[in-house]
Amino acid sequence: MSTGSILQANDASAIVNTVKQVMHPLFDQTYLLQYLIKIQALYACIPPAAIQTLHEKLALTEAQIKSVISFYSFLSIDYQGKYRILFSDNITDRMAGNQSLFHQLSEAIKGADASIDFTSCTGLCDQGPAMLVNGHAINRLDTQRINDIAQLVNNNESLTNWPDNLFKIEDNIRRGDIQLNARAGDGSGIKNAMNLGYQKTLQILQNSGLRGRGGAGFTTAKKWQLCKQSEAVQRYVVCNADEGEPGTFKDRVLFNSSAHSVIEGMTICAYVIGAQKGFIYLRGEYLYLLEHLNDVLQRRREAGLLGQKILGKLNFKFDIEVHLGAGAYICGEESALIESLEGKRGMPRIRPPFPVTEGYKNQPTVVNNVETFWSVSRILLKGSNWFNKLGTKESTGTRLLSISGDCERPGIYEYPFGVTLQKIVEDCGGIETQAVQMAGAAGNTVLARDFDHQVSFEDLSTGGSFILIGGNRNLLDMLTNFADFFKHESCGFCTPCRVGTSLIADTLHRFEKGQGCSGDLQHLKKVLKLMQKSSFCGLGSSAPTAFLNVLENSPDVFDCGMSVESAEIYFDLNAATAEYKKITEPGEKGI
Amino acid sequence: MPDKIKIATTSLAGCFGCHMSLLDIDEKFIDLVELVEFDRSPLTDIKKISDCDIGLVEGAVANSENVEVLRDFRKHCKTLIAVGACALNGGIPAMRNHFTLQECLEESYVDGMGLDNPGIPDDAELPMILNRVYPVQQVVKVDYVLPGCPPPAEMIWNVLSALLEGREPVINARDIHYD
Repeated sequence: MSTGSILQANDASAIVNTVKQVMHPLFDQTYLLQYLIKIQALYACIPPAAIQTLHEKLALTEAQIKSVISFYSFLSIDYQGKYRILFSDNITDRMAGNQSLFHQLSEAIKGADASIDFTSCTGLCDQGPAMLVNGHAINRLDTQRINDIAQLVNNNESLTNWPDNLFKIEDNIRRGDIQLNARAGDGSGIKNAMNLGYQKTLQILQNSGLRGRGGAGFTTAKKWQLCKQSEAVQRYVVCNADEGEPGTFKDRVLFNSSAHSVIEGMTICAYVIGAQKGFIYLRGEYLYLLEHLNDVLQRRREAGLLGQKILGKLNFKFDIEVHLGAGAYICGEESALIESLEGKRGMPRIRPPFPVTEGYKNQPTVVNNVETFWSVSRILLKGSNWFNKLGTKESTGTRLLSISGDCERPGIYEYPFGVTLQKIVEDCGGIETQAVQMAGAAGNTVLARDFDHQVSFEDLSTGGSFILIGGNRNLLDMLTNFADFFKHESCGFCTPCRVGTSLIADTLHRFEKGQGCSGDLQHLKKVLKLMQKSSFCGLGSSAPTAFLNVLENSPDVFDCGMSVESAEIYFDLNAATAEYKKITEPGEKGI
Repeated sequence: MPDKIKIATTSLAGCFGCHMSLLDIDEKFIDLVELVEFDRSPLTDIKKISDCDIGLVEGAVANSENVEVLRDFRKHCKTLIAVGACALNGGIPAMRNHFTLQECLEESYVDGMGLDNPGIPDDAELPMILNRVYPVQQVVKVDYVLPGCPPPAEMIWNVLSALLEGREPVINARDIHYD
């Protein structure tokens, strides 16, 4: 654990030296985000002297630097305390009671050198409620754990001395199929690819029918082919490990249990497209995997599987660097991720051009999901028939599902495509399941009557998230949670998404308070449809999905939030005049 | 002769600029009064609204009296039209939403220049000031909105004449393109 103590930010010349050390030896603009993450960890804020130094050394304006700081939720100008505690606030955390634990801890550590807040899903949905303390994840929170943590904070105990068992994260692999049961990653996949040559390797991938596992489902072989065909000085391989979709945690498990396979998949890609450099963009919430990943990378360099002359082949050199994210869901969108890799705000780019022709540093770049690379490593060992004999026509093979919510056995399940929702719900021990939230907050809400549908690109597509909603839950709570999530995570670049997500949240909160009206729902529907049609990127166009699903298939969910006072518009005159009454109360004239 | 169509108008927290724009339809006003009868309106000085076909509301909602008048309009008008920027978005009156009510009242009645006997007025006869200024459609349901500061006379006329003829009013994007 790296963060022992927080440095005092009162000595400007000391800060200048520290920041210079952080930038050493590259002093590279495209590392701005990485520098800022390190500075934040050291000072629990980005001190003014640090901004000044970055500005001088990187030839960036202060405004540019501040714009990056303000974009990422884990970076801040204000001091966050020796302990920055962020409670994961996914719907699964709420189901497990994170709100009361949050209040318990807030009360218990009043006056301590600490800050406490909520953050978006931290990918520990199968073992929530969860929190991050200075970026390090703690799972299975309960009153006992909160007491322990409060004591550690109040005793000013350095994070390095906190008991290890607090930070123990479980994999919870519940159901393996051909891929989880196969072993790969020892270099033989790369060897096979090199023996076959890149054309035959692409052919195998093409025959396997592998499609990207991030959600969009673009054919992997086609993506690599397009990248290879593009004219370029350099080509890049990027592994998208910004697993931000609420309810998804398979990438965390893959990195923890088979990082070698993922990196082998990236190396095979590098061989095929002719890349020399690769990145793993690891979401900041998975900070605790960083050391492990760097360790695996180092071991592979030593084994001749990365670096110069891979497997003895003279002109095949390729290395991988891990870049951290800093709490921005939008960076899971591939063009926003590339912007972030370049050290900038994670704003999506206009597509086309797609990253396969103009990606990182405007060079052809393959961006694939962690699971996609992991599958590549297996397909290159076992062959395309081994893979495509399972699944459906358009969705071959198997995929990993991250299952959480109201079920007895949450965790990772591998299923061949085409499995019905009913089967999955039974396997994981769904408790009076009324609905399944597919593909996270941005996905479909599928009611129990539709559980005969299949998981596949043809039917119900998913990036891997599968949240079960039990019979005693109110779907309105889930929608309100998602509305807040999107409002927070919208990057603010385009109006339909920036304003739309706020309007959704405002409306849902009115219903939460029992102040909704039928007019609100009509208006909401209009806003949602407009967002779908006119948003700049996938965030804005997919955010309305769950809301529209519920509005169309189960509108009675909103009934409980309807105001009895007015069928049209709710306006609370008492609340609106409360402030005035207080000001003009006798004896309180405000003078 | 069939009953004339009844129209009511009011200005809440507004500047009467939208009413002036209505008057700017000039000679068409003669046609208008042939077709309609004005109920409660600053033009007639009738204080109490009765059942009307069309209500035109100018201005934002800033105090409890505005709320009362607006709800009365909603209750009595078959079609309610929010006229102008303040009604639609809060407009100029809503600039105070950047400050607390306390700050606003102190600036006006306590710290303002040249005040004799400073103090926040608290007479029970006075309407209560709302915590912030609301656009009309956040307080009652609105059937149509006419944007603009003020909406041009031509547009007000187009909308009114459409409604009088029983057509759905249509506003062209060009007509509300102000910059």
